[in-house]
Amino acid sequence: MKQTTNKMPMWLRYVINIIVFFVLFGGSTGLVNSSIISTYYTRIIVLCGINMILALSLNIATGYLGQLPLGHAGFMALGAYASAIFMRSVTVSPSAIFPLGILIGGVTAAFVGFLIGIPALRLKGDYLAIITLGFGEIIRVVLLNIDSVLGFKFTYGAASLKNIPKTTNFFNTFLCVAITCFVIHTIMKSRHGRATLAIRDNEIAAEACGINTTYYKTFGFTLSAFFAGVAGALYAGYIGVLSPSAFGFMKSIEILVMVVLGGMGSMIGSIISATALTALPEMLRAFSQYRMIAYSLLLVIVMIFKPTGLMGNYDFSLSSLIGKIGGKSKPKSKTKTKPEKDGETNE
Amino acid sequence: MSVFSTIFTQLMNGLQTGSVYALVALGYSMVYGIILLLNFAHGDIIMVGAYTAWLFMVNFGQSPWVAVIAAIAACTVLGVVIEKVAYTPLRKAPRLSLLITAIGISFLLENLAQLIFGAGARPVPTIIDVAPVTIGSVSISGTAIVTIIVSVVSMILLNLLIKKSKMGKAMRAVSEDTGAAQLMGISLNKTITFTFAVGSALAGIGSVLYCAAYPQASPTMGAMLGLKAFVAAVLGGIGSIPGAMIGGFAIGLAEAGASALGLSVWKDAVVFAILIVVLVVKPTGLLGRNLQEKV
Amino acid sequence: MSKLLPVPSRGMIPERDIESPPVLEAIHLGVDFGGLVAVDDFHLLIGRTEISGLIGPNGAGKTTVFNLLTKVYQPTRGTILLGDKDTAGMNTSQVCRAGIARTFQNIRLFKDMTVAENVMVGLHHDIKYHIPGAIFRVPGYWRQEKAARGKAKDMLSIFNMQDMGDIKAGGLPYGAQRRLEIVRALATDPSILLLDEPAAGMNPSETAELMENITKIRDVYQIAIMLIEHDMKLVMGICEGIAVLNYGKIIAKGTPAEIMSNPVVVEAYLGKKEA
Repeated sequence: MKQTTNKMPMWLRYVINIIVFFVLFGGSTGLVNSSIISTYYTRIIVLCGINMILALSLNIATGYLGQLPLGHAGFMALGAYASAIFMRSVTVSPSAIFPLGILIGGVTAAFVGFLIGIPALRLKGDYLAIITLGFGEIIRVVLLNIDSVLGFKFTYGAASLKNIPKTTNFFNTFLCVAITCFVIHTIMKSRHGRATLAIRDNEIAAEACGINTTYYKTFGFTLSAFFAGVAGALYAGYIGVLSPSAFGFMKSIEILVMVVLGGMGSMIGSIISATALTALPEMLRAFSQYRMIAYSLLLVIVMIFKPTGLMGNYDFSLSSLIGKIGGKSKPKSKTKTKPEKDGETNE
Repeated sequence: MSVFSTIFTQLMNGLQTGSVYALVALGYSMVYGIILLLNFAHGDIIMVGAYTAWLFMVNFGQSPWVAVIAAIAACTVLGVVIEKVAYTPLRKAPRLSLLITAIGISFLLENLAQLIFGAGARPVPTIIDVAPVTIGSVSISGTAIVTIIVSVVSMILLNLLIKKSKMGKAMRAVSEDTGAAQLMGISLNKTITFTFAVGSALAGIGSVLYCAAYPQASPTMGAMLGLKAFVAAVLGGIGSIPGAMIGGFAIGLAEAGASALGLSVWKDAVVFAILIVVLVVKPTGLLGRNLQEKV
Repeated sequence: MSKLLPVPSRGMIPERDIESPPVLEAIHLGVDFGGLVAVDDFHLLIGRTEISGLIGPNGAGKTTVFNLLTKVYQPTRGTILLGDKDTAGMNTSQVCRAGIARTFQNIRLFKDMTVAENVMVGLHHDIKYHIPGAIFRVPGYWRQEKAARGKAKDMLSIFNMQDMGDIKAGGLPYGAQRRLEIVRALATDPSILLLDEPAAGMNPSETAELMENITKIRDVYQIAIMLIEHDMKLVMGICEGIAVLNYGKIIAKGTPAEIMSNPVVVEAYLGKKEA
């Protein structure tokens, strides 16, 4: 930021963010447990959290890496199925073992993301979009038909994978969102993040600066797939039933819309638009006939009038916000903070 | 049924669906060639064409001829309207915004159709009523023959249009170098509108032919068809018109081949696998232009 | 030095570098695009701390030579030796790490990043912490980031830009963008710096300042600098050796004085004198 009126020491920023995290975490857990927030709303909040992770993960590839993958739902599906199959095999205390399930989901998606990334990232722009679209569709078809090839019940294809332990709750979703924000933030604010952004801004120049572009593109893509897998694992534990048709091309597009609408490269943008685009259709349930029309119209209108997305590439910084309010400079009009937000530091 | 006749039947099936894919792929390719937009709404234009045909034949009791003309007209008008309302304001915007807009339009059309006509499929009466042709032991459906002939004739006409007409020259000039074309006095707006009109009209023809093969209209019918046609366009080299034709037939034949081998549930995967292999080996598709960044 | 045809010359390496091995040696370098021979038989030695110039009419292939040296294009023929290392099989980033840094004719900055961050991308390999180190913010992370930030500021002070660290690179005036690109290239710790038209678009006083700074960079960092430039005042003023390129081939090599009086060079620029 240009105006460096307040130089808040780094440790103070961290302390503030940690305090905010615990206050929000404790407060909202209390609200959920004491049933002040109803089960219905809790479920919507959890779904918002899952979509936030999806949007944040895709934002790594689109916002930071400057690529346009159209098969993100495929990674989510892999994470969901891997975690669900694992969780179904667990007999004792599924909630205790769920973190491992989430990790398995993430790692499976990351592994496949890595394998796909190697050929896909050789291509650029629209061609990368198309090849990832192809991979996404292949993942879906494979999940649908793998049982008939292997000869035993594995994904249950179109018949759906049922009886997945419903282990996803407000508590673990909140933690996953916070960890996702934290990890993405810390990586992006490091030499590795700078290298990634450099590739986005100008690939040839990045290479001429000695950046191994293949390495960072593959890394970014894999990281993006990892968090999509985490979101998938949470989704599996949330919904309890998986069917490949839920992870089609349209789901990939839905995630992309969240990212673009929020503003590419903006974490707070992804978070706000993921929340809005999840909660809005739920709130509009009374007008269910018209809600999808409203949704698509909104999309077109926002793009026509604000092509860079709602937040541009602005990123939110809690500590600089506090600094601004404390200092003489004009406070920002919007002081609302998202409950799942682990505030951003901004040097 | 001999092996030969099975192969022949599948071949005809492949050519039939392939020619529909090719017609739709042409629309994708022409639009991409001229404004570098992956027009995701193109598939849904086919859906609108199918509903129009259904509306005219079932509700208004018109003859198939009237329905066909109405469908093509509706698609053409719709394509132009979409371009004017949604894409023109974004001509200077980042390309990703344009893409998202196209996706938004696609959603909008699907959901409007669902609101108006309901989620279920509407059966479309027979459009093409031609007796099958029997050669020896092999019988070819009349629909297949008409489909292939109509699409081949359309493509020849399109080629003539682009090669010979003034508007065709303008289209080629704009896709080669937009700025230079404008300096030569070519109206960008007119050319782009014309491209959308032609592409959408082809989609209209495609929608009628598709309905002749699979006689029903549903809100989401355009999504997968559009995606496959899009793959065909990429396979042939997006932006290239002969490429779109070759790609369309290749995808149709590949699907038929997969079905013939008893892999019909895998046919979508086969299509996309071919796409991936082609892109990895030759990233610009079979006939695509190679654009290298100047350093 | 090998034979210098068609113009004999005592070579380009200045006296003080004669003793040390050359920093860069291009041996019969060439590249074809399709059937077109863009650069052919490019043969050049560059001294350890030499400032050299590559000149020639538009379209002579000067930038192509830079692209070959930095492996933006892979050469069709020939060898590039960097010190005693053969750069065959290396890509652009590996060549950079081996010691060739460059700027671009059409400025290629990371426009959405700040000035300091641009330089810190150049310092990428100077900073060592790994990805887990970044995630867990180990003490090494803080120490190295701070050191890198300080180093970036120091390097920016070459062009008196140390106070511009927090400005978005895309928002800099044109001349400052060119200077920032030089600092960024310098941050990769090269043994030779390739500058592609560093004075393009600059006014005479800016150019004069740039000339001073190029010499200063060479003196402080003890590296070789090679530049493509159309401003003959700059080229003749600071270059110790000059190579003239026309139609992809070197037509002359020598000191500024030799080049200026060379009839082949004059002909390439102005055309043949009518008899």
